[in-house]
Amino acid sequence: MNIAAYTNYIVPALIAIIIVSGFVKKVDIFNEFIEGAGESLKVGIGILPALIALMTAIGMFKASGALDALTGVLSPAASLLGFPPEALPLALIRPISGSGALATFETVLSGVSPDSFAGRVASVMMGASETTFYTVAVYYGATKVTKTRHTIAACLTSDISAFIFSALSVNLLM
Amino acid sequence: MMKWVFGGLLLLSIIFGVITDHEAALTESALNSCVDAVELFLYLIGGMCMWGGLMRIAQKAGLTAKLAFLFRPLFVLLFPGLDPNSKAYGLICMNVAANVLGLGNAATPIGLNAMHELEIENRKADPRADSSIASRHMIVFIVLNTASITLIPQTAATLRLKHGALSPFDIFPAVVMTSVIALACGLAVALIFNAVERKKA
Repeated sequence: MNIAAYTNYIVPALIAIIIVSGFVKKVDIFNEFIEGAGESLKVGIGILPALIALMTAIGMFKASGALDALTGVLSPAASLLGFPPEALPLALIRPISGSGALATFETVLSGVSPDSFAGRVASVMMGASETTFYTVAVYYGATKVTKTRHTIAACLTSDISAFIFSALSVNLLM
Repeated sequence: MMKWVFGGLLLLSIIFGVITDHEAALTESALNSCVDAVELFLYLIGGMCMWGGLMRIAQKAGLTAKLAFLFRPLFVLLFPGLDPNSKAYGLICMNVAANVLGLGNAATPIGLNAMHELEIENRKADPRADSSIASRHMIVFIVLNTASITLIPQTAATLRLKHGALSPFDIFPAVVMTSVIALACGLAVALIFNAVERKKA
């Protein structure tokens, strides 16, 4: 059996574990589900304006031909690292903006098949990295810290490794 | 920062598009991208709510706390010198557990509390510590939060399904491998810098 067949068990298994532990701990599972879904709905509506702003910005960037030009300029460097040029724009925006990354990911998948090498690398990158700068700003914002020392260096190392290993892991595992 | 990304992308697109004769496509995209955004939102919101609901059950059933308990022995390596019985240590474990379960809503307030507790721990360790300088534990904690260790790469899988992927979750092993390695690299840099600076001091 290949890996892809195993992955079809993950979601059903997780749902089963959650529901069973809910019953065991006598959680009012239906009402808690509704409550949690409602919270997520609020979060979703909260990001919609940013999504509209960034979808427009990235949509126009693509329509103008500038996105293809940028990808073209950067692709020799990307190829050296074994990184698909189509997924590059996502790597550029991923650490900066969550909504921007979402908009870019959608744009990448409209251009290449999700099962192509570039489509898979973009998917792995989307799943395996975070909006670094936002997180750093929010967390230090809660403290008096203004000198972040090597925080950014460490976080960006993590991001860059995520980009490189998204391509390597797709090659290796898929 | 975001004002420059937003404004820069728009102005660059307009200048580049006009020079290269893409006005028609630019206009179309200016009118249509917002519709795409709403469509994308509609596509994702169902899954967000579904997992938000399930993970809330998980939290109420104590699965977050269980997961946090599993992390306790591991984090001793990442936070040398931090008392494992301190409030900060407990909050750090809970925050990471919530992140692993994709409970972003719950993870952030716990994380902010943890930062506050780390400030207190820092002053306890050294009463003359300058509170405007990030402590070594804060840096490691933030690296833990900017790396993404998620059980379910939900957004990526939903959009893969939308675009016709045969098996949208087949990226799962690659996502786990990539995020674990990326986190390890980030932590290594943070811990090495921490060690070097402590030696100097």
